[in-house]
Amino acid sequence: MAERSFKAEVADLRKGAGEVFTGEGILALTKALLENGVGYVGGYQGAPISHLMDVLADAQDLLADLGIRFEASANEAAAAAMLAASVHYPIRGAVTFKGAVGVNVASDALANLSSSGVTGGALVIVGEDYGEGSSIMQERSHAFAMKSQFWLLDPRPNLPSIVKAVGDGFEMSEATNTPVMLMVRIRSCHVTGQFPCRDNRRPPLTVREALSNPRSDFARIVLPPMSFAHEQDKVKTRWPNAERFILERKLNEQFGAGGRIGIICQGGMFNGVIRALQRLGLADIHGDTEVPVYCLNVTYPLVATEVLGFCQGKDHVLVVEEGQPAFIEDQLAAMLYRAGVTVKLHGKGLLPMAGEYTGQALLEGVTGFLRQAAPETLPATVRAPNLDKPRLPDLSRVVPIRPPGFCTGCPERPIFAALKLVEQDLGKHQIAADIGCHLFGSLPPFEIGGATMGYGLGPAANGAFDGGGERRPISLIGDGGFWHNGLSSSITNMVFNKSDGLVVVVDNYYSAATGGQDVMSSRADNASKATQHPISEAVKGVGVKWVRQIDNTYDVPRLRALLHEALTTKQPGPKVIVASSECMLNKQRRERPRKAQAIAEGRRVEAPRFGVDEAVCTGDHACMRLSGCPSLGLRHTGDPLRDDPVAHIDQTCVGCGNCGEVADAAVLCPSFYRADLVHNPGKLETRWSAFSSRIIGWLARRRDARRLTFSA
Amino acid sequence: MSVRKSLAPGDGDARIATILKLAIYAVGGQGGGVLTGWIEDLARAQGYAAQATSVAGVSQRTGATIYYLEMAPAGTRTPVFSLMPSAGDVDVMIAAEWMEAGRAILRGFVTPDRTTLIASTHRNLAVSEKMVPGDGLADAEAVREAATQAAKRLITADFEAAAVRTGSVISATLFGALAASGALPFPRSAFEAAIRAGGKGVEASLAAFSAGFEAAEKGPGATVAPPLPSPEARVSGPPGKLQKWNRLAERGRALPAPVAEMALAGLQKVVDFQDLRYGAEYLSRLEAILARDRAPWELTREAAKYLANAMCYDDVIRVADLKTRGLRFQQIRAEMGAAEGQLMQLTEFLHPRAEEVAGLLPRPLGAWVSASPQRMRRLGWFFRRGKRLRTDSLWGYVRLYALAGLKPWRRLTLRHAQEVAHRDAWLATALGHLDSNPSLAVEVIRCRRLVKGYSDTLSRGLSRFDRVLEGIALVAGRDDATDWARRLREAALKDEAGTALEGAVQTIRSFVQPPASGQAGSPSVMS
Repeated sequence: MAERSFKAEVADLRKGAGEVFTGEGILALTKALLENGVGYVGGYQGAPISHLMDVLADAQDLLADLGIRFEASANEAAAAAMLAASVHYPIRGAVTFKGAVGVNVASDALANLSSSGVTGGALVIVGEDYGEGSSIMQERSHAFAMKSQFWLLDPRPNLPSIVKAVGDGFEMSEATNTPVMLMVRIRSCHVTGQFPCRDNRRPPLTVREALSNPRSDFARIVLPPMSFAHEQDKVKTRWPNAERFILERKLNEQFGAGGRIGIICQGGMFNGVIRALQRLGLADIHGDTEVPVYCLNVTYPLVATEVLGFCQGKDHVLVVEEGQPAFIEDQLAAMLYRAGVTVKLHGKGLLPMAGEYTGQALLEGVTGFLRQAAPETLPATVRAPNLDKPRLPDLSRVVPIRPPGFCTGCPERPIFAALKLVEQDLGKHQIAADIGCHLFGSLPPFEIGGATMGYGLGPAANGAFDGGGERRPISLIGDGGFWHNGLSSSITNMVFNKSDGLVVVVDNYYSAATGGQDVMSSRADNASKATQHPISEAVKGVGVKWVRQIDNTYDVPRLRALLHEALTTKQPGPKVIVASSECMLNKQRRERPRKAQAIAEGRRVEAPRFGVDEAVCTGDHACMRLSGCPSLGLRHTGDPLRDDPVAHIDQTCVGCGNCGEVADAAVLCPSFYRADLVHNPGKLETRWSAFSSRIIGWLARRRDARRLTFSA
Repeated sequence: MSVRKSLAPGDGDARIATILKLAIYAVGGQGGGVLTGWIEDLARAQGYAAQATSVAGVSQRTGATIYYLEMAPAGTRTPVFSLMPSAGDVDVMIAAEWMEAGRAILRGFVTPDRTTLIASTHRNLAVSEKMVPGDGLADAEAVREAATQAAKRLITADFEAAAVRTGSVISATLFGALAASGALPFPRSAFEAAIRAGGKGVEASLAAFSAGFEAAEKGPGATVAPPLPSPEARVSGPPGKLQKWNRLAERGRALPAPVAEMALAGLQKVVDFQDLRYGAEYLSRLEAILARDRAPWELTREAAKYLANAMCYDDVIRVADLKTRGLRFQQIRAEMGAAEGQLMQLTEFLHPRAEEVAGLLPRPLGAWVSASPQRMRRLGWFFRRGKRLRTDSLWGYVRLYALAGLKPWRRLTLRHAQEVAHRDAWLATALGHLDSNPSLAVEVIRCRRLVKGYSDTLSRGLSRFDRVLEGIALVAGRDDATDWARRLREAALKDEAGTALEGAVQTIRSFVQPPASGQAGSPSVMS
């Protein structure tokens, strides 16, 4: 875990009764696990739940004190499978990953777990990555709860509610013998706030103790005829128990007094709904609302009696359910229809069918609802708005899009530069990409990579082309994806099917896109994890014959030659190039303080940075199309003879070397230079340098004296 | 609960107006999270209930990122805050980059009834802007115009430069600007206390905070770029040459006013490139063009610019000369922040192709080598690897110095002959249009802009230049020829692959020549 240290956060986890926790939602959740006597935790990192994993990874001492087992799972399926410990043992377990992608991977284990049923509370914490800032396909995790029949909590987005949901979830899971999924949206994970702490609790039965008293019961095995019994048990016992639990514990909340209209919303939508009502003058600062709100902190299952109770006496009800399909709205419609209730149900239509429910979407949706259901409640300004908005210049054609990209000094940039150069030589190739930072290579300026089918599935996505042809198919995979699922699903698949394709493994020493977590092949020592298992060895181990390891991705000419060889060699079978250099974000976090200290201690340190000779740069921007580095920008020179801005490197340059390598490999232009400031040089070095610069200075002056010099 | 029984339109809860809503638009890596943390701590310390959220995810990796805060005086109950900004409902918008300010305005988060917009005027270019072979930089002025209209209060300055000057990051200067704006009801000391409580890099952050505070008070005027250097900069050199220079400069100044300014800049460039005789040659050519031009002298003015650029082609000698000048070392030392007397190593990345090397040879020899692909291959083999020269070392410097010393023989090189031929053909083409269509002649002159770069980039530029001239030849007789010439040139600068240019040429062909198989031209390609 090189990117960040979580010492301060770990201190927060140690807080006890009487203390107040202040911080982010995801950390509050982590603390709540400890307060609820969790016995084991697992998961796979990814926004927005990475912090839960990172903090626990740094909290080994605390976890050991409490007898809690923590695993950084190989992938989400492994994490979900870990919950098997709660099938026979009364131990609370929690796993976490991002939705919907993590749930996709985990669904095999989740389905089996749901069939078996659980004894100890089993909690799946899903960071729902839907809407702004998301990096994945837009889908809902909700469907998984419905198909596998486990319960789904969606608490209001404030820390006390999120923390309460953890306790409720464990208890509900135990009361109903069913796993519970706790869904937190990306903004809820990052929302800050406070909650009163309780003491951490040691699990009544630890996993270590359970190992001493093993249990088994074939009734829990998913085989016929037990699996048929599980299916009946789900609907005849577990579901009714869940409904009873929701009612008894009042997990869903109602706000506001009775009336002819009402709003039913997911817990996570509550603050947005209240803000819309506040702006319409129908709720106060504390959320006390004049329009009754039925807040579903449990979005699956829905409790018919409670729904009907809320709708009783109402003429219009608005359902606020983010995303599609509209599972909740459709279930509510069926419930009301079966009960013969004639309340008018509103929802999708007034609100967008798909996409994030932004403040604007909710304001418009609620306003539209009230305009139909109770227009008299709307303020005059809303009923007859004054339409004299200022006419602003249209910026939609001015403001450029700014998708994520490679960081300054990223070791993946030269890999894509080399690939682009190879494509210039050998023509465009079929390229499949994976998940991770390297996927940014499919965006301009490189545009290397045409599809992504999932984590660890990049090479598998080229399966149809494995037979080969005039040009070899290329696939990309990161070290994170390689260990997540890639070795088995992609590499062995290629070996077994005698693929002719090329795989480029982009190895930056970490699962970098998710925050720099260690993986099997990480180079760092890790006290609690086994690292330093080379990817190239693993690949050879499953039978790949043509394997090349390059330990300096910035060597563009070498990389280009290797790629060229891989694409033209006569050797049959899959070709694998493992291109390794450390993630620059993590490297800088580690190296910068170390360098500063070395300089302070008087040791010799070279600080490299690149620059561009403004007069030599012609402003053709060929270098930009092989870089896209944030520190490499453009600026106008102020020279009236020049039309186009020239390249410029700012002070954020880390001197990675890509600019020089690319200028060399692509035969670009001689504008780039590297300046190394030498701290604490040796005596001989200093003297020789002084001697050289005296002669150089003399030569330069000699020439200047014979010509005209123009200076600004 | 204070809920009214009847559902009648209410005035709403007055306390809702006390909720302060702040949004921060930043580019990943600018420290938006740190700034958010400070504001939150500040609010809590000042007796406010506060809530922050962010959408980080992979957008940390240089993408656009958003942070959002709400705060209100704390009471016994916690207010219900929103987790995201709403259009028309933001009190303070902080944009850590100029186009991010544009994005915030575009999304309706800056409105004249309430929003204080604090924006840094510096640019952090998007990849799409940098890739364009021509000038793809977004229109900063359009954002200023929109900001002036959209914001209730507008506070702008180059907060990035202020941060760099104080050795800190922009989050600290923006925090200073927020304090200076008075948009939050807290004293300056409370802001500084929040930085101290943060405990990391406190001194640098406080210095940057002050710099941001002052920059915000001074406004953009304080950080506007210095006026452009006058083309008649200081000239120094041996007295004899100075005298000749003054005579040449006098000749340049005597040109009509619109031409003189550009001609002096051009004269300086060509003299710097070669010698005074070259300067005289430049002026003679220009005067010949002037003789055929008439007021407002647009043709001559454009020729003054592009002729100078054409005459100062980028050959090995020029690069070696520029890289061995004494002034350059001082400039680089200053840019790199080298301390007085600190040792600095300087590595140049040079990779000439066979073409550049052959161009450097005397014309007959160079032509002989170039004429045979086999000889060129052999020459290329010698230069197959890029050269890394240390110009801070004697050996590296002397090699480049010697190359630069070839300047007096430059006129004899193959490259010079090629450049002269190309330049003459271009001028002849342009002036050929002068009698029938003067504005088309100007456009052809401007096409020289397409020729730039080194190696492959230069070859591509030249072929693009030829393609545009071909296209112009097709439309030369038409009334809208000037328009088409301009469009062709602009298209050629749009993308590396030349897709836009090809589209434009196809469009021209569709109406100039009868369509081959009923294909209709689509002028919309160009608009």
